[in-house]
Amino acid sequence: MGLTSRSAAEIYTVRLQRGVAARWREWGELAIQGLLLFAAMVSVFTTLGIVAVLVVEAIPFFQQVSLVEFLTDPQWTPLFAQKHFGILPLVAGTFLTSAVALALAMPVGLLSAIYLSEYAPVRVRAILKPALEVLAGIPTVVYGYFALLFVTPLLKRVVPDLETFNALSAGLTMGVMIIPLISSLSEDALYAVPSSLREAAYALGATRLEVALRVVIPAALSGIVASFILAASRAVGETMIVAIAAGQRPILTLDPRRAIETMTAYIVQVSLGDTPHGTLEFRTIFAVGLVLFLLTLVFNLIALRIIERYREVYR
Amino acid sequence: MERRQRREIAGKVFEAVALTATVFGLVVLAMLLFDVARRGLGVLSWSFFTRYPSRFPEQAGIRSALLGTVWVMALTALFSVPVGVAAAIYLEEYAPRNRLTRFIELNINNLAGVPSIIYGLLGLELFVRGLKLERSVLAGALTLSLLILPILIAASREALRAVPMSLREAAFALGATRWQVIRHQVLPLALPGILTGMILALSRAIGETAPLITIGALTFIAFDPKGPLDKFTVLPIQIFNWVSRPQAGFHARAAGAILVLLAVLLSMNGLAIYLRYRLQRRYQW
Repeated sequence: MGLTSRSAAEIYTVRLQRGVAARWREWGELAIQGLLLFAAMVSVFTTLGIVAVLVVEAIPFFQQVSLVEFLTDPQWTPLFAQKHFGILPLVAGTFLTSAVALALAMPVGLLSAIYLSEYAPVRVRAILKPALEVLAGIPTVVYGYFALLFVTPLLKRVVPDLETFNALSAGLTMGVMIIPLISSLSEDALYAVPSSLREAAYALGATRLEVALRVVIPAALSGIVASFILAASRAVGETMIVAIAAGQRPILTLDPRRAIETMTAYIVQVSLGDTPHGTLEFRTIFAVGLVLFLLTLVFNLIALRIIERYREVYR
Repeated sequence: MERRQRREIAGKVFEAVALTATVFGLVVLAMLLFDVARRGLGVLSWSFFTRYPSRFPEQAGIRSALLGTVWVMALTALFSVPVGVAAAIYLEEYAPRNRLTRFIELNINNLAGVPSIIYGLLGLELFVRGLKLERSVLAGALTLSLLILPILIAASREALRAVPMSLREAAFALGATRWQVIRHQVLPLALPGILTGMILALSRAIGETAPLITIGALTFIAFDPKGPLDKFTVLPIQIFNWVSRPQAGFHARAAGAILVLLAVLLSMNGLAIYLRYRLQRRYQW
């Protein structure tokens, strides 16, 4: 094996000479390595911290509210006199806005990925790709402004009975925000398909569209699916757009024209209010946070696993 | 031959649809910018920058929010950059390929996908209540530091990976220790990439709203934050507050503040591109 093909970590295994000065230097090197390892471990501590915080606050909550009630009661009214602790309305709200967002972002994102990877001339691609990335860099609070003050008034002209706060405009705006996420990850997957596959299909007389739909997309499917799952995770955890434009009314509905409340918007609502810390009412945000964390964790792990797999296939 | 023609036409139609989809996002972006400019340009004046928030829209300004953003960003950079770069150095230059390394990497990848509001809950319990930092600039900066760490690590690792292996080998051949190689050979060359990543990570942090709301950053701050333990607000929270009010006057203020925020973001990204260009030209291999 040639020296150049080794990794950085492997070629460092050169033994130092055993002089006194060298030994001091060795200690210094070890100390530095320890510090660097500690910095890398901060991410592990962060994960542990998140889990610990959510669990520690959720345990007393579930001692007072049964898990069955939490998961099956159709009402969520912890801040009212008549208290109900059923998370279903919040889950439905999150599902509704995310579904609207994905219904827009999946087709549009995938189509633009196909265009950028299979059709766009190099110079057009060099302009369009970074321009699309700008969408991902705009703060979510700005999208919230846009959803409430531009998209909702616009939609009110065409959608009858649209409420001022509604899942539809929040979801659509969120969809625009996650287009670049889907298009850039899907494009990576499409781009990774070896060109020999395309060339073989062209040689058999396939048109560009047929090559794209029947050869490249099937070959890149796992990567595309991973991008969809990551987008879903992003939509579920998105906060400011829904807090501003979707409303604060936890009702169990699948009508996107109505005001609803998502899990994230509920956490914002309580954080802005004056509910005292340590009460059952306040602990609800940790129970909701725990559900949110677990949901996105499952999405993320599935997507990461898929991405890792398809990488192995094409390298 | 008719069949072939139909297939060709289907191809053309599809190309047009795909191009439309690609441009769609950009059209929405243009509408967003136009709407913000239309509503917000009118409020931009010197007094908009020097006044505190107010119950009267025509008197409300972004002074405390802008100062708060500067404070929080400075501290966030101070905390997150050393840790992020150190973690990246460990993972690129030291880490053996074992279970611990894979576990750390899995953690970082997963943390990048954790909703930002969850970091807010962590910050609330750990920094605001646990370390008794209250709703201070320090608590906000620590929370945002954890939030952008995965981005920083990924960007720094990429920059380190771009440094050719031959440079390391040459330094080792001359008897340098591992840290000497990193300190004197690898880091200077990776610096432009690391700086670019740092600016991009901070531009993510500067627009974050949800975690800071969760740790209880206040919206009505009519004084300048003067130290890391002072209460604070930031531009995105001020925008959120103004958008949430019914009066059109406040909506215009929100649009004005958005223009300021976008201008800051734009200049940060411009700086990142400039730095990459300038520094990359100094070191060529």
